[in-house]
Amino acid sequence: MENLLTANQLKAYYRTVQGEEVKAVDDVFLEVKEGEVLGIAGESGCGKSTLASVLSFTILPPLYLIDGEVIVDSHNIFILDKETLRREIKGRYISIVPQGAMNSLNPTSRIKNFVIDVLKEHFPDITKEEALKRARERFEALSLPARILDAYPHQLSGGMKQRTVTVISTLLNPSVLIADEPTSALDVSSQKIVIKLFVELLKRNIIKSIVFITHELLLLRHFADRIAIMYAGKIIELGPMEEVIFSPLHPYTKLLISSILVPEAGMKEKKIDAIPGVPPDLKNPPSGCRFHPRCPSYMKGVCEKISPNLVDITQEHKVSCFLYGGKDGT
Amino acid sequence: MALDKEILLEVKNLVRIFGSGKSAVKAVDNVSFSIRKGEILSLLGESGSGKTTTARLILKLLPLTEGKIIFKNRDITHLNNRRSLLEYWREVQAIFQDPFSSFNSFYSVKRVLNNVFRLIKDDIFKEDREEKIKESLLNVGLNPEEVLNKRPYELSGGQRQRIMLARILIIKPSLLIADEPTSMIDASSRAGILNLLLDLRGKYGMSIMFITHDMGLAYYTSDTLLIMNNGKIVESGDAEKIIENPKDSYTVRLLSDVPVLYRKWEL
Repeated sequence: MENLLTANQLKAYYRTVQGEEVKAVDDVFLEVKEGEVLGIAGESGCGKSTLASVLSFTILPPLYLIDGEVIVDSHNIFILDKETLRREIKGRYISIVPQGAMNSLNPTSRIKNFVIDVLKEHFPDITKEEALKRARERFEALSLPARILDAYPHQLSGGMKQRTVTVISTLLNPSVLIADEPTSALDVSSQKIVIKLFVELLKRNIIKSIVFITHELLLLRHFADRIAIMYAGKIIELGPMEEVIFSPLHPYTKLLISSILVPEAGMKEKKIDAIPGVPPDLKNPPSGCRFHPRCPSYMKGVCEKISPNLVDITQEHKVSCFLYGGKDGT
Repeated sequence: MALDKEILLEVKNLVRIFGSGKSAVKAVDNVSFSIRKGEILSLLGESGSGKTTTARLILKLLPLTEGKIIFKNRDITHLNNRRSLLEYWREVQAIFQDPFSSFNSFYSVKRVLNNVFRLIKDDIFKEDREEKIKESLLNVGLNPEEVLNKRPYELSGGQRQRIMLARILIIKPSLLIADEPTSMIDASSRAGILNLLLDLRGKYGMSIMFITHDMGLAYYTSDTLLIMNNGKIVESGDAEKIIENPKDSYTVRLLSDVPVLYRKWEL
């Protein structure tokens, strides 16, 4: 299958006024294939939202792109000029649903004004009526009431706002939709409705693939095809959903999976354990493998000295941990 | 763990109405339940179901419209003078979702914990207080030397919640109300906080009432579940039984919307 998006050696750091660097995304490689949902999971502060900004090219200071490329439709989007990027790439090839869509809507303006703004940006000649017609058709096709267009954001529930923003982000049929924690402020029932909308968008070919960023692994279990686990700015495991959830390899992934609490029989007898320590400060990440200070399988003399590469365990499943080889730098 | 039969707290026909006339909202609608000594129970519901209002009524942070609260066989519904309220709060304490807003940002951890002694009986020497503070911090897995002089914004969410727990360890109330104690904390530190809470029951026989929307958490921690919807308790009983065989249609729907590990959603 064809890659819709390829990210190579991405490095994006925050620069503080004191001149320090926070290495939020450090040497990340990712491929997004046509038709798939790629889940990216990790704890807060692991760099997953920063990765979303980089992939969708919404990089704003103090975040700076240090190195790497993102290739979309055989263009490296980082070398395009801003105007082309804004009009041709954003919205059409890549679109983002940001964290907390509630805050992306103007509270003093009706939803339809937002829709008109978005469409005018990309088609300067479009009339208001045409723009609204397009939006109305899209809303109805996805079984959302078109009257939303006349509403103000405060008149909509959290789940409804999130769905509205999602539909507006995909008005131009982007190939890749990047969704950054789109459901984390919602309760379970609205969460499921939003997920259903994402699946519907894929089924109808409105979008071709989704990069779904979340801290909740359980959600990915239900609709991701592949899962990437992020820790301290790096991807430490990447593989098919079933394998990552049910037979994880990296010690960190194992601990994350075992701390999942679900209302299923047998859960009560399970004793869950916390991962010792705290996520590292990315201003000054640990040497070698960034997980080594918290790792139960820490190998003295190895893990704190060299940084493990992502190695192939099978063609699809990659992990960066010396337990699975690579000690000699292979 | 075998449960004591002794009832610690009982609420009868609790009602709380916000607003009046046409815009009146019945946030808590005729809610009755009881908590036994050493029992852990969860009040489960979606946002807006009235679960936090119920907690605030029990904590006497909000006056109730109708109903009765009985604590240790004493009717405390109309408790209103400061002295008896303070006495009640020695027995009934809470930790909240956002441990940041539970702190005064200008106070150091030391000062926050020292203030606890204004609530509990004040016949402890200063040196003993310090000893007690250090001991409770160690018990929640924090290094006293490291955190005592820090202010809340210098600590992570998990650490702040641990400090709240250290506070609880000094007070040792008989009932702890934990309102979404881990929803702002990462999965990796969540387990630690939950296990600390479970230890409170194991070591001191504390009763704990979780207020949460997290079915997994409720099931893992609780003996009893109360499912709340639109201000009413729609189903209650043994946690195991409810999860395995939910009766009320709302509970069934809620359970089917929760992502689980082994049964995949149909989307």
